[in-house]
Amino acid sequence: MSLQNILILIASALLIRIVFPGKRRQWALLVVSILAIYWLQPALPIRNMDFWLPTATVGLIFLSWGLTSLKEQLLDPVNWLGAGLSLGTLLLIGLTRFVSLEGIITPTRPPQFYLVISALLLIILSTFVLTLFSKPSPGLIWMGILVLLLVFIILKTPFLSLQGSIVLRRIMSQDPSLAKSTDLGWLGFSYVSFRLIHTLIDRMKGRLNEIGLGELLVYTIFYPTVIAGPIDRLQRFRKDLLNPEPLSPGKMLQSGERLAVGLFRKFILADALGLIAISGTNVTQVQSAGWLWLMLIAYAFQIFLDFAGYTDIAVGSGILLGFRIPENFNQPYLKPNLTLFWNNWHMTLTQWIRSYFFFPITRHLRRQGKLPAPLIILITQMSTMLIIGLWHGITLNFVFWGTWHGLGLFIHNRWSAIVGPKVSKITAGKPFMTLIFKVSGMCLTFLFVSLGWVWFALPTTGSALITFARLFGLGS
Amino acid sequence: MKRVHLPTKPEKQQPMTAEQQSDKHKTANFIRNVLIKGGLLFLILNFSLCLIPSGKNLGQISLYNLVFPGRARLPFGENPTEAYNLSFYDLEAMFASHEINRGPKPPEEFRIIMIGDSATWGTLLPPEDTLSGLINQDNLKTTDGRTVRAYNLAYPTMSLTKDLMILDIALTYDPNLILWPVSLESFPRKAQIETPLVANNPERAYPLIERFDLALDGQSESFVESTFWNRTLIGRRRAILDAIQLQMYGILWAATGVDQTYPDDFTPAQRDFEAGDDNFKNWSPPNLPLDQMAWEILDAGVALAGDIPVLVINEPILISKGKNSDVRYNFFYPRWAYDQYRLIMSEYAEDAPWAYIDLWDSVPSDAFTNSALHLTPDGSQLFYQTLKPTLEQMICP
Repeated sequence: MSLQNILILIASALLIRIVFPGKRRQWALLVVSILAIYWLQPALPIRNMDFWLPTATVGLIFLSWGLTSLKEQLLDPVNWLGAGLSLGTLLLIGLTRFVSLEGIITPTRPPQFYLVISALLLIILSTFVLTLFSKPSPGLIWMGILVLLLVFIILKTPFLSLQGSIVLRRIMSQDPSLAKSTDLGWLGFSYVSFRLIHTLIDRMKGRLNEIGLGELLVYTIFYPTVIAGPIDRLQRFRKDLLNPEPLSPGKMLQSGERLAVGLFRKFILADALGLIAISGTNVTQVQSAGWLWLMLIAYAFQIFLDFAGYTDIAVGSGILLGFRIPENFNQPYLKPNLTLFWNNWHMTLTQWIRSYFFFPITRHLRRQGKLPAPLIILITQMSTMLIIGLWHGITLNFVFWGTWHGLGLFIHNRWSAIVGPKVSKITAGKPFMTLIFKVSGMCLTFLFVSLGWVWFALPTTGSALITFARLFGLGS
Repeated sequence: MKRVHLPTKPEKQQPMTAEQQSDKHKTANFIRNVLIKGGLLFLILNFSLCLIPSGKNLGQISLYNLVFPGRARLPFGENPTEAYNLSFYDLEAMFASHEINRGPKPPEEFRIIMIGDSATWGTLLPPEDTLSGLINQDNLKTTDGRTVRAYNLAYPTMSLTKDLMILDIALTYDPNLILWPVSLESFPRKAQIETPLVANNPERAYPLIERFDLALDGQSESFVESTFWNRTLIGRRRAILDAIQLQMYGILWAATGVDQTYPDDFTPAQRDFEAGDDNFKNWSPPNLPLDQMAWEILDAGVALAGDIPVLVINEPILISKGKNSDVRYNFFYPRWAYDQYRLIMSEYAEDAPWAYIDLWDSVPSDAFTNSALHLTPDGSQLFYQTLKPTLEQMICP
């Protein structure tokens, strides 16, 4: 997202809050969020895909709503209003085909109008059928979750997304030999899918009240968080949606501070560090280990400042709109061990995965009682970190990155269980010793996390291994 | 099929309290005040920057030669993220990033500065394979025992005025000899000011045009004049960003020694030509329009150098053997124009106070890369070896 895009989004947040102070704010948010997913969607080499992917996002939200809503909800005019506004906005975006507005709302000209109408009818009919003729059942909801996961896997696996691109190019009568795995850059799908899976599971488990269609749309594609999170919970989000925090001068200051910090972190610090951070190209050119360490540390701070900067901007924009968007980072590099690091790094993602994977699988394995506790910890931490790794991309390097952290967490867990009590005895009542242990732990954790970024930053396992060797003065 | 338990009590929206209504007014006033004060502060900051003249001293603030080594050639790069280098127009900052700015000239150094175009800068050549790199590796000594050290101050655009402007600054670094490789493409008057480095430095070009009475249009629209608006913070945002980026790329320059990309799949220089294509610029045979060529800039350069000897070199060109090569030597030059240029240069040099050597055909056609002027490492070595006897004569007269 460019600085210009962010400034426009911040201004729109303020405008929405001033112009639509009451109930209409929700509907304004709905319209602006839909416009935003088309506006922010980058141009793609497959014809019209920059229109169809945001449309598919809207379609998936409609279908998810249809999967979990009751027949009676179709009678609620609020849901009709949500459907009308969202599909009406989509229709208007489609109509820009005739007024040469490409590049303003959509990066390229929208597809032929009859195709847009057909897509809208398909969305309406599918949702109608799901709501009217099916009863929400675990089987059906699980099927919905599997569909979302399947799309997620296709998008995140280079080989599968390449195949997807080939198929779509054939459909669009484009040369399939030009297909690339990066052709399907679906704006915010990682976050959209996790938000939808959360609502599907929580509805299924009875943890979530009836959802309005408009509510679900705003929650899933809430424009300050659509690209880089955080992943909020609908239960919490709807409180702010219905009863926003008043926009007091104090809140304005708070928002301004977060926005200024976010813009500074993202566009000054992270972008500057990005110039010198390790990349697939420069790691092969570096002539000494010292510079390589510097570039690795630059990457560690770049990725943090970039991501944390976006979160600041999302939180600051959220305050303007009356939302308390959850924090994603809490000084993770200042934590004295890896467990605390992961409690404070990309917090909303780790909390999501804990809720929907780590806790259930841990409970399941413990209930079975067949495995010793340390083995359960190893299995659950490794698998959790693998999932977090694969969430970023289904490649060997992300598998190694996840494994790196999974093993790190397990080792720290065992250290805490076995050595931890002895360390506590040594440091008890000795603030200086406590400080030394804390600082040492912090440095060690930072070092471990930074070395882990080698897997994350580099495109191939080979280049990552060479980089590790060169960092420690081995290899040329 | 098992039904899902679906709670159906949606949460209700609460009405706005009187306190919240009052807060609303306070917030409106707050927004108004923030906008007014913020706007005023921005205007003050933006316009106060106008008071600092552009291109004066600020460019000298550099981490090169201090934290990381100076660059072997002036900054130029069309692909910054891969070349760790970028093109911009602040000559002061460009020189500050160059290794020549390391400090005062050591007494045991015989300093050669090289000006010129992309061939001398070394497009597709690592620094050690450029002409200056080869001179330095040869470890030449003068008769009084000084070590010859060459500095590459060429810049990849074709304009003698650009070379003159760079020479003007380079002279402050106390050179002992100036090497000035040139080619016909740098001579047309039209090319002199249009080149971006000249167009964006009118305050450096004007005095030279006036001092040497150059037949160039000092009022040309190509010049980017310093206006009130482009001296504001908004107007200077690009220059500020470029200056910061140049400093950041210094780290990667120090770490990798890379200052340009070296793609394996570059498009080779054109060797086959269309039949009947015998134009040079918009000029047709038989005669080069002499008044349209800026010969006098060579004299101006030599006059500017004063007592420092100048060797003008007609640099090697690709002599094609491909289709219609009887009409054109290469993409740049039809035979009629280039032959006339060589003849004029040799006649001109006879009466001029500068040394001249014509090495136009010293490199075979297979030793060129992506242009009729850019050499391979072997071509560069051959060029240097052909030049070396003349160079030695000038170093050890």
